Amino acid sequence: MAFLDIRGITKRFGNLDVLKGIDIAVEAGAFLVLVGPSGCGKSTLLNVIAGLDQMTEGEIHINDTCVNTLHPSKRDIAMVFQSYALYPNMTVAQNMAFGLEMRGIAKPARERAVAEVARTLQIEHLLARKPSQLSGGQRQRVAMGRALVRQPQVFLFDEPLSNLDAKLRVEMRTEIKRLHQAMKTTMVYVTHDQIEAMTLATQIAVMKSGEIQQLGTPQEIYTRPANTFVGGFMGSPAMNMITAPIETDAGGAALRLAVEGAGSILLPLGPVQQALAGFTGTSVILGLRPEAITDPDSADRGSRATVSNNCLVEVVEPAGSDTFAVTRLAGVEVIARMRADADVRPGTMAPFTFNMEKAVLFHPETQQRLG
Amino acid sequence: MPASVRTPAEAAGTARFWRTVIYVTLIVFAVMYLLPLFVMVVTSFKSLDEVRDGNMLSPPIRFTVEPWRAAWGTACVGVSCEGIAGFFWNSIKMVVPAVAISTLMGAFNGYVLTKWRFPGHRWIFALMLFGCFIPFQVVLVPTAQVLGMLGIANSTAGLVLVHVAYGLGFTTLFFRNYYEAFPNELTRAAMIDGAGFFQIFWRILLPSSGPIIVVTVIFQFTNIWNDFLFGASFAAGNSAPMTVALNNLVNSSTGVKEYNVHMAAAMIAALPTLLVYVIAGRFFVRGLMAGAVKG
Repeated sequence: MAFLDIRGITKRFGNLDVLKGIDIAVEAGAFLVLVGPSGCGKSTLLNVIAGLDQMTEGEIHINDTCVNTLHPSKRDIAMVFQSYALYPNMTVAQNMAFGLEMRGIAKPARERAVAEVARTLQIEHLLARKPSQLSGGQRQRVAMGRALVRQPQVFLFDEPLSNLDAKLRVEMRTEIKRLHQAMKTTMVYVTHDQIEAMTLATQIAVMKSGEIQQLGTPQEIYTRPANTFVGGFMGSPAMNMITAPIETDAGGAALRLAVEGAGSILLPLGPVQQALAGFTGTSVILGLRPEAITDPDSADRGSRATVSNNCLVEVVEPAGSDTFAVTRLAGVEVIARMRADADVRPGTMAPFTFNMEKAVLFHPETQQRLG
Repeated sequence: MPASVRTPAEAAGTARFWRTVIYVTLIVFAVMYLLPLFVMVVTSFKSLDEVRDGNMLSPPIRFTVEPWRAAWGTACVGVSCEGIAGFFWNSIKMVVPAVAISTLMGAFNGYVLTKWRFPGHRWIFALMLFGCFIPFQVVLVPTAQVLGMLGIANSTAGLVLVHVAYGLGFTTLFFRNYYEAFPNELTRAAMIDGAGFFQIFWRILLPSSGPIIVVTVIFQFTNIWNDFLFGASFAAGNSAPMTVALNNLVNSSTGVKEYNVHMAAAMIAALPTLLVYVIAGRFFVRGLMAGAVKG
């Protein structure tokens, strides 16, 4: 049995299905990120794991123990909240020691544990302060310290970085990853930020309206999204989704896309066409990440299926490290990621190279990935 | 230059004029409001002869604390002439437990009504609020019956019970609204930390309730100390509170009316509420400021 085993969890508020049968199993030491748009049920699922919310059906096992009927304090978990939830009347040291005190651990042991964690997190100089005297980043650290002191089997994080400014968020992200690498404790982390999910997770569960859309490693989620929702949600800018009819010629199946002012372009489906049985003559949705559409110079030399064609550049967005070029194919906006000094100007034709090895195809009706 | 445009000097002049009008008005009203208190204070330090002969507004010619001493220790309240000291202590014995119990119970009610919601919690709260709006007079007879059945009629304990019951609606309202804004994540964090129902209340919520405790204490202390109706109805005689005794003192019809003693007694009756405002009010402001700079 997996270390953290979540089976068939449903939650209903009256007629409203908040969670519709969630199954997740991760091994000890995993970093599971629950990601999805707001209202997808990810925070509810976390609260159910913590025992703060009751589920309607299902079972949760932590380290071979069914925790369904256990009080939150008996589940051997610690949680970091979005608002940090530091007790305003206690000092930082008292905040961190509170959980140990409630468990009846003697004062010298408590003080040792707090001092050790404070050293790891470099918050020793804050121990005597009240939460109101701390900055946002310091409160965040203290909240993590309070969780660490307890040495639980599972850490739960509920959007812990969303109240920080952009720079601090990136710093703390690295810090959390470093902590996980050092401690190797199982963590469950809720976020709506797909970059946080990609950078931190060993396993990502992408959720939408109470259901898991895909559970997999960041690599799997990114390169082989289970459906158009996952493809569109994960990655920034989002994956390009183009609906186009399939044509078959000597070279096998291919997609024909109308190019504004330049007729059309034929993209061979060589690398992905084995998935197409039964779709000849109909349309499919082509999913191409922005980095699979580039200027010819930055195209992947190792790819066996690149196609170049001139397309009309509508908008150019320089982002420093890259330049994003927007064009229009088969009537929809398509974003290409080019190198920073690529020679593209809005309103002119420029060569675009398509790496079809990276292409993903989706069923036009079910939106599920083909193959 | 168009006539409608004023020079800075003219603008400043107009502003000063209106400011003067505002201040003069405020001062006039303040004097009007404070005049009775002034008369009370000067009268309480005059001898009875001086009160009879002199001007009501003039300060005492021969300053004396004799009226205060008499009011406290020897003035006649009804038939006994032992001053109001005993009744003052009656009031203290009534107000301290009544304020403490009603504040604590209000805090507890607020905690349960916001953090441990149960089916029907809205109804319970609505009924408690309703209790705030029932006039005292309506419940006099049933209250007397209940006190009689409990065997605490005509006692300070009975008055404490009445004031606690009557204050509960207000104190619950204060604390419920305060705890409503208190983040639920804090109680959830405490639950995960292993704190129980009462520990969360005592260790987390109550220590963070300074400002609202001060507000509630001021409100309850003033109301209970100044209450006359319940005191007169349920605790006549030796267990009467200060307010009732003051009335009896002033209405005692033996001999001359000792206005100076009456004024001194009234001052003594008013002092504790003043004291609570001065002491607790400072904490009150401090509590508000602490919240303001927290951000």
